[in-house]
Amino acid sequence: MFACLHGHGPLTALAFEFSPTVEQTAPDTVTFDASGLDRLFGLPQEVAAALARRAAEVQIKASIALAANPDAAICAARGFSGVSLIPYGDEAKFLAPLPLAQLAPSPELRETLDRWGIRRFQDLAALPPLGIAERLGPEGLRLRELARGEVVRKLLPLQDPLRFEDEIELEYPVELLEPLAFVLARLVNALAISLAARALATNELRLLLKLENRTTHERTLRLPVPSLDTKAFLKLLHLDLSAHPPAAPILHVWMGMNPVKPQSAQGGLFVLAAPEPVQLELTIARLKAIVGPNRVGSPVLLDTHRPDAFRIEPVFQGKARAGSPSVRLTLRLFRPPRAASVALASGHPSFVTAGAIRGKILDLAGPWRTSGDWWTADPWLRDEWDIALSDGALYRLYCDPRGWFVEGSYD
Amino acid sequence: MPAVALKQQFESLLGGPLDWQSRPLPECVSCGIPAVDAATGGIPRGCLTEIFGPASSGRTSLLLSILAQTTDRDEVCALIDAEDAFDPTSAAAAGVRLDRLLWVRSANNAEHALKAADLLIHGGGFGLVALDLGDTPPAIARRISLTSWFRLRRAVENTPTVLVSVARQSNAKTCAALQLECVREQAAWSGSLHSSRLLRSIRARATSTHRSKTCSPVFTATAL
Repeated sequence: MFACLHGHGPLTALAFEFSPTVEQTAPDTVTFDASGLDRLFGLPQEVAAALARRAAEVQIKASIALAANPDAAICAARGFSGVSLIPYGDEAKFLAPLPLAQLAPSPELRETLDRWGIRRFQDLAALPPLGIAERLGPEGLRLRELARGEVVRKLLPLQDPLRFEDEIELEYPVELLEPLAFVLARLVNALAISLAARALATNELRLLLKLENRTTHERTLRLPVPSLDTKAFLKLLHLDLSAHPPAAPILHVWMGMNPVKPQSAQGGLFVLAAPEPVQLELTIARLKAIVGPNRVGSPVLLDTHRPDAFRIEPVFQGKARAGSPSVRLTLRLFRPPRAASVALASGHPSFVTAGAIRGKILDLAGPWRTSGDWWTADPWLRDEWDIALSDGALYRLYCDPRGWFVEGSYD
Repeated sequence: MPAVALKQQFESLLGGPLDWQSRPLPECVSCGIPAVDAATGGIPRGCLTEIFGPASSGRTSLLLSILAQTTDRDEVCALIDAEDAFDPTSAAAAGVRLDRLLWVRSANNAEHALKAADLLIHGGGFGLVALDLGDTPPAIARRISLTSWFRLRRAVENTPTVLVSVARQSNAKTCAALQLECVREQAAWSGSLHSSRLLRSIRARATSTHRSKTCSPVFTATAL
């Protein structure tokens, strides 16, 4: 059994509520396979009534027809308003009064049929097939079969739009993360199952919480690789919500997952081990919860001579250039630099006091003047010295317009 | 057949008594300094290696050399920086591939640094996890209990991860499979005070104090 909806509004969405096999016949016509609906609703009349009821609920004005073949249903839906139910075997009789223009014949054929005085389905249906084949060719035969409601064909089904979203309206406002975790687990597991059923994974989780104070709280988690690890998702959501808690109790939870193809890579015996991406994301989220959000990542040097210029990026994203490994004298930085009071002798620093760092300068090299960004609102200018203090350590000392500072120690 | 007789029969077949008690030596990786590698046999995987010494004793240069070697092998490294002292410019100059480095900046909190190390080791997949307590005052570093170090040692056991800690004094004691005590021998300067004087390098001695035979290889860290 096939059903056809002809009218205006979201007909496709309505059809998908009843069947997974839906054909968009025309912009205003949708046909779908209604076989099996009798097990849900009962007799075809009850199926038609359920369709009409649901269309009224979602405010769709459409004529509905049910027939044994899709083209008979289409003709009936287009030709009759309201609900039409064509009994099996009575298609020709039911469609008989419809005008022939509804079958959209070619202009030449239409002119010929008009000259013959054939204007309705019943007129064409009554003609002998052999004569039609001789005079009008295959198109005439096809029109005759359509007029008799005898065309049997398969639907050209629409792809069900892949939307992986789910929501839960809570019975009472949830204030704590602990009870919310159960709700999130239900949503995550259901969405992961539907993704897995289509051999898909996700690389993005979107969470939208409607709050008691009529605002929304939106969070998006992006994963480095597609995954279906629900435990990791839940832990990541928990850590993210702990770091960014909603401002008020939660009334409604909506979750969406971005469907992508799962990453497939074969491991090799001689490939070096690296952190598993989703596990690494989870570890980083935990680390951020401990040390702070902007304190974990890969350092990237900026293209400037400004001292200590770098930015933190998500791990293992870029491709940094590096020289060959060598043993270099390394600077350990004090962040922020330690303000120092410096005694000068003959224009050179001779004694330094900067908190716990205190001593006579035994040896020094400098000053080395560096400057930059003078064309911007944030220029820098400094004179640097490398100093060996009497405490046995080597330091970098600098002087800028704000005063003297110990930048770090060589180690 | 009793176990003793079976053991004797097995040993007679193999032509001599076997050492049944000792565990196989861990795989060692190069630290990038041939003298230190030759003296210590390298940095052991699955073990805790402790590098300690006063400021300007070459501890960080040694650590960056290990990091550079590890990233050069395309392994992923993590550096837990307890005092936010890591200088990416120095590291890049030493050959550390920064895109293979996860930098955790635990601002002046040794406890957070230990937690981070524990998480990273349990996360798995890292070639090297370095815990830098180099500027942490000894009084605070000493407050880290031996139990915490033991926990880290147990966590890294049977993994291919190298765990390195850098501090001013030895803290891990017997939990460390290899201890390297760094002492600066001299700093090399060039030029005179009034004409292009430069800090050229420091020469340091790394004394291994945790092996049956003590060794003291010398290495030089050169300035940029």
